Amino acid sequence: MEWPGLYNYWIAIFLMVTGLYLVMAPQNLVKKIVGLNVFQASVFVLYITMGKVTGGTAPIIAEGIEVYSNPLPHVLILTAIVVGVATTAVGLALVVRINESFGTIEEDEIRELEEAQEDAS
Amino acid sequence: MISTHLPALQIILPLLAAPLCVILRNGTLTYWFAVVVAWLAFAVSALLLQEVNAIGVIAYKLGGWAPPWGIEYRIDLLNAYVLLIVSAIGALTVSYAKPSVDQEIGGDRGYLFYTAFLLCLAGLLGVTITGDAFNIFVFLEISSLSSYALIAMGRDRRALIASYRYLVFGTIGATFFLIGVGLLYQMTGTLNIADLGERVAAVGPNRTITVAFGFMAVGLAVKAALFPVHAWLPNAYAYAPSVATIFLAATATKVSIYVLIRTYFTIFHHDFSFGVMALGDIFMVFAVLAMLAGSAIAIFQTDIKRMLAYSSVAQIGYMVLGVSMATVLGLTGGMLHLFNHALIKGALFMAMGCVFYRTGSVSIESMRGLAARMPWTMAAFVAGGMSLIGVPLTVGFVSKWYLLLAAMEQNLWWILVFLIIASLMAIIYVWRVVEAAYFMPSSAGAPTDIQEAPMAMLVPMWVMVLANFYFGIDTKLSVGVATRAAKFLLGDAS
Repeated sequence: MEWPGLYNYWIAIFLMVTGLYLVMAPQNLVKKIVGLNVFQASVFVLYITMGKVTGGTAPIIAEGIEVYSNPLPHVLILTAIVVGVATTAVGLALVVRINESFGTIEEDEIRELEEAQEDAS
Repeated sequence: MISTHLPALQIILPLLAAPLCVILRNGTLTYWFAVVVAWLAFAVSALLLQEVNAIGVIAYKLGGWAPPWGIEYRIDLLNAYVLLIVSAIGALTVSYAKPSVDQEIGGDRGYLFYTAFLLCLAGLLGVTITGDAFNIFVFLEISSLSSYALIAMGRDRRALIASYRYLVFGTIGATFFLIGVGLLYQMTGTLNIADLGERVAAVGPNRTITVAFGFMAVGLAVKAALFPVHAWLPNAYAYAPSVATIFLAATATKVSIYVLIRTYFTIFHHDFSFGVMALGDIFMVFAVLAMLAGSAIAIFQTDIKRMLAYSSVAQIGYMVLGVSMATVLGLTGGMLHLFNHALIKGALFMAMGCVFYRTGSVSIESMRGLAARMPWTMAAFVAGGMSLIGVPLTVGFVSKWYLLLAAMEQNLWWILVFLIIASLMAIIYVWRVVEAAYFMPSSAGAPTDIQEAPMAMLVPMWVMVLANFYFGIDTKLSVGVATRAAKFLLGDAS
């Protein structure tokens, strides 16, 4: 196998780890949602790339074409994108509500407010 | 005939009813509508179980597309049993819901609660009934997204942040599962679970299958809140509205355990999962840690809902312990505990819902002297607590007994010791509440006009409590089905 080989998988793995890091490292709740999106996008790339057949074309029957890419992973990922959009929407809606009731979207500050409330009750 | 379409009806009823709730918009009307739909879903799952018992596996082609291309709903004893649990808890919970929802969420926004509730029910039933791995992911997300909304409806502002953390954890968990499904598709070219089972075995273990195995194990462990990755659970249960807690605690993690069983026994054959990959050894360690850590942390909680949530972490340990043994007895014990724990935690959280309805708090302080004012509610808590500990004649005893038998069969004496230690710790944390409620005077500043909870809440709660005793004495249904499902999964035809 010549270099760089199946580099698309390296891209998927890179995005995956970047996304996971972005979910964990920042304190900002919106940035975490962005990280979640990057993480999910990496899975989309993983699915889409596995459907590609080298030299294959779009799966529309036409004369003179014998090799087709597999359309199923692409269709699956359309569903997963919809799920991802819904998750992002719910997540951001929660961040708005958190900002309304805590007055901040920094996790360390929220944690302090939570602990203060716990001690008070 | 309608009876041939029962599998589709199981999902379509709650799924279509949910948007209708938004159109109805009236709190009382949507309540009764949701009650009717939930009980119909229960009737459907009871009929399905009966049919599976009589004729064996039901394979339903959704939209008439033949598997493995179309989505297949495939119902065997295992998921017919889980469907029955989920729909029964759903029906009882929604019957109980009205006073509590009116108070905690408000009559004018109540319809949104029932909408999210029915969507969550549809999602959980969908995960259970489907025979398609990708479909599991989609339904898992339907149920998760609606449960984030349910949790965020809690009155305490900490409910919002609990829901947010659950969203982050839950999405990562579900996406890990999705990565696993993708890698399996890459190796086998199919998404149908029965088909996957055959082809994964045919392909044999290779790097891609092993990686898929790992991703799915981690993803499902997060969704099931197995010990080291349980962090999202306690606050989500503690701050969610009472009714949402009852439903989620009794069903959501159970369905994830079901997917775990399905994945590691049907897709990856159990010889591979537990023999070659030694999944059992790993899960057994985490399960024991969950039992001990969950129970120990529960002892020190002052918020009783959070105490019960940590106890749930421990009980999930019991279930995973049974599964991790991968023997007929162990699997029977695990599945029995799945059924029984749904009844136990349903009853206990319902009692806490009643307490919160009358006192506005579930702290240990507010329990003091409560038995004199709310005798039926606290009696239900005591009965549920006994079941949680595992006193004979309750369901808790039956499942722990099977787990003990399974451990002894394999000469795992150390498990026996830990099972008993965890049960003793359960006595301590249940006793703290009983002591406060029965043997302590009310605290000085407590309101004196507290009455027993309304009938509409007491009746479903006591149905749940009596089920704890009924299935503790007459174990024909629960043990019978669980044993046969375990034998079926392990390919033991006898």
